[in-house]
Amino acid sequence: MSARNRELFALIPVALLVSAGFAAVFAVRSEEIGTLSLTYGAYFLAVCVATHFFLRIALKNADPYLFPLCAVLAAVGLVMLYRIEESLAVEQATVFLVGLAAFAATITFLRDYHLLERYRYLIALGSIGLLLAPRLPGIGSTVNGAYLAVDLGPLSFQTAELAKIGVVIFLASYLNETRELLSVAARRIMGLTIPPLKHFGPLLVVWGAAMLMLVFIRDLGSSLMFFGAFLSLVYVATNRLSYVLVGLAMFLAGAAFFASSVGHVQDRVDIWTNTFESNPCDLSKAELADGQDCGVGQVRQALFTEAEGGLFGQGIGSTLLKLPGPFAPDCGDDKFPECGSILPAPHTDFIFAVVVADLGIFGACGLIAIYALIGLRGFKTAVMAPDGFSKLLATGLTAVFCLQAFVIIGGVVKLIPLTGVTLPFIS
Amino acid sequence: MNAQIIRLYAVILLLFTGLVIFTSRWSVLEAEELTDNPDNRRVLIQEQQVERGTITSSDGVLIAESLPSGGAGGNPNQRIFERRYPEGSLFGNPIGYSYVEVERSGIELSENDLLAGDRNEFATLIDQVSGSTQEGADITLTLDAEAQRVATQALQAAIDSTPGAVGGGSVVAIEPDTGAVRVMASVPGFDPNAVKDTETFKALTADETNTPLLNRPTQSTYEPGSTMKVVTAAAAIDSGEFETSTTLNANSGVSISGAPLANSGGQDFGTIDMTTALTNSVNTYWAQVGEELGSETYLEYMTRFGFNADPKLDYPDSQMAPSGVYSEGKLLDASTTIDIGRVAIGQERLLATPLQMAQVAGTVANGGTLMEPTFLQEAMDPDGRTIEELDPSPQTEVISDETAAQVTEMMVNVANEGTASGLSTSLGQLAGKTGTAEIDVEASINRPWFIGFAPAEDPQIAIAAMIERCTGCFGGEVAGPIATQVMDSLAGE
Repeated sequence: MSARNRELFALIPVALLVSAGFAAVFAVRSEEIGTLSLTYGAYFLAVCVATHFFLRIALKNADPYLFPLCAVLAAVGLVMLYRIEESLAVEQATVFLVGLAAFAATITFLRDYHLLERYRYLIALGSIGLLLAPRLPGIGSTVNGAYLAVDLGPLSFQTAELAKIGVVIFLASYLNETRELLSVAARRIMGLTIPPLKHFGPLLVVWGAAMLMLVFIRDLGSSLMFFGAFLSLVYVATNRLSYVLVGLAMFLAGAAFFASSVGHVQDRVDIWTNTFESNPCDLSKAELADGQDCGVGQVRQALFTEAEGGLFGQGIGSTLLKLPGPFAPDCGDDKFPECGSILPAPHTDFIFAVVVADLGIFGACGLIAIYALIGLRGFKTAVMAPDGFSKLLATGLTAVFCLQAFVIIGGVVKLIPLTGVTLPFIS
Repeated sequence: MNAQIIRLYAVILLLFTGLVIFTSRWSVLEAEELTDNPDNRRVLIQEQQVERGTITSSDGVLIAESLPSGGAGGNPNQRIFERRYPEGSLFGNPIGYSYVEVERSGIELSENDLLAGDRNEFATLIDQVSGSTQEGADITLTLDAEAQRVATQALQAAIDSTPGAVGGGSVVAIEPDTGAVRVMASVPGFDPNAVKDTETFKALTADETNTPLLNRPTQSTYEPGSTMKVVTAAAAIDSGEFETSTTLNANSGVSISGAPLANSGGQDFGTIDMTTALTNSVNTYWAQVGEELGSETYLEYMTRFGFNADPKLDYPDSQMAPSGVYSEGKLLDASTTIDIGRVAIGQERLLATPLQMAQVAGTVANGGTLMEPTFLQEAMDPDGRTIEELDPSPQTEVISDETAAQVTEMMVNVANEGTASGLSTSLGQLAGKTGTAEIDVEASINRPWFIGFAPAEDPQIAIAAMIERCTGCFGGEVAGPIATQVMDSLAGE
């Protein structure tokens, strides 16, 4: 079977998954199952098949598994959001379509991505601008104390999502050009390999940028993601583990310094280490009386939700999210899930906790496996790429994708401090 | 660069393995601790969404039911239920309560799995496919509502009418051959409907004078006084060291553990046999029997009767106390020096629950076999299937059939011509033993007891009745009539 046909057939189970998922939600709500769930599945299949035929014409030799794998994630995302609140799924479906259109446009208009190399400094500047945009008065907005999103009228999006691609393009291009200088022209002083400052300078700038991000947008998650991608690329480009170790040490030193001086970061770490203590981030009595908890409550609720999962989960739509009758705060049914949910932000930061509770450890591990498979296909693409820039670009994009999944899932399962990044293709 | 890319992927897989490990940690390995965390309200809220089963008495009186309350009625995911107790304070003890504000106690707690319809993983899958919601089983108790009412009223009347009476009292009635608890009354009680108001609950908890939340029959331990002589008689005969005809010098002033012991009112009885000693509740006789048997044998028989351990009743551990010889809140065993002669007449540091003393009477009544006590007559799932039923199970062979028959005969004598003469019940021939523990000799404040069973030839009901304090009163005149009224009520069926 040709690669493209394999892609086409792989889409069928995805469509079945969507149908079954919606059917399960209907069943739990004791609504008419009817043909509606099949209709959703059919729509989903139609959109995916259309994209598939586009790929068939435009990119004959593309990896046949990446698109179905991403479609699975999108399907899981749609079902989970529908399970939380119907209107969210409609929004998500719209965003999914816009995303596919952007995907097609990129393929059509950027046939030769080597063009990007020429504009790398412009791209780097633009990315830094995007990162700082949420801090601008008027359009910036804070989420849980971090400056993450830009509000432009009806549009609100996290600019770091775009910036991360720009940064990877810059790094791939820059490292491809200087990697030999960085690894060969290095001098050894006291057993340490020191690269020439002239070439290493821009990389120090990247370290500085990651630190600045901590200070300015106060977001540990994004900086972890950026810096992780940066170290991955430096390692792949130079094959020098010592750079990675020095870089990691510098990041940790910087993070430790900011953890003690930037309250928001300190809180996140305190919550992570002392989740079940009564007042982990030392709030004053007045603040406690005011109902503040510096966000420790949501982490506890996430773990409590995950504890419902067990091996097989409660079933899609069966885990308690919406507080019933007298337990619900007085904010009306239409405000859910922003208000009235026992687990805060079930549709964004904590969607993985809902997946664990509904689908159990098996479902959750399946999801993690899909991210690992996407990583596999991404790195395989990198290995098979013909030139250095392509290799580094593919590596960087895949690494950023995997790290993003790791950072948010790791936060939700308390492996690392919680930071608010989105779960790729799902939330 | 390819080798580095592959190593990088290995690192990422390692990170993802960490995710899998931590996900397993919360959802499976440590899930139970998270579920039990006091901050975790999920379980409580979900239980509120379950229609708990009803609780009914054996004579068909509805004791507890769940009614829908609050929330949008149409959407089953939004509906919650609240407990209501139509009989109010009559069954506050031992049923307890179940409210999200104050959690659970009593039978509501011990039978929670049945009442809430606890589901296993498999049932959950079935339920998901069929779309049915979780519902609890309806349970029928062995408790008799009418006899419970009689017991509560008789206790209250005795407490009110006896001069100087403060505090409370207990009645426990069990079926000797099944262990079924027919009456468990604790006065003063409380209205379980009221405890959902946390202020009321706090006030009830803080009331240390009346301790209304205490289920006295299982939780409170008292000096059993002369009712303990039934245990002593059983041990004496069953051990083979004494016969009912064994005579001893029973004058006041006999030295027990080096200190002279007096009979009630300083009476001298001369040389008497065992039957006479029980009929007249002669302290000096029974104390000598206790000394003769020795700590080891006596404590062994106590343990067989159910002392020195929580009763094997389906009731919360925190609401049951073991009976036995206590020192500073701890049970003593034979390795410590115990004035066993005085234990044998219900004194020294011996403390017993009313349930334990009812079980003593029940064991003698049941030919020497102690049955496990139980509240549960039947549990029926929402589809009308019986999922649990009273299945009498013997706990211990305490004494032989012959010993039991001889002790019964002596207890009949007590009822006919001894300290319990004047008491009778429509159940038939009464067998019994009175007790009057002196808790403040100077103020002559006593703790009257009665244990017994009827009819003696084919016992239907074994009973223990007591009130905590009254002035200058005796077991036969205060506790005995409460017991016989309850027996009459149970006979009337």
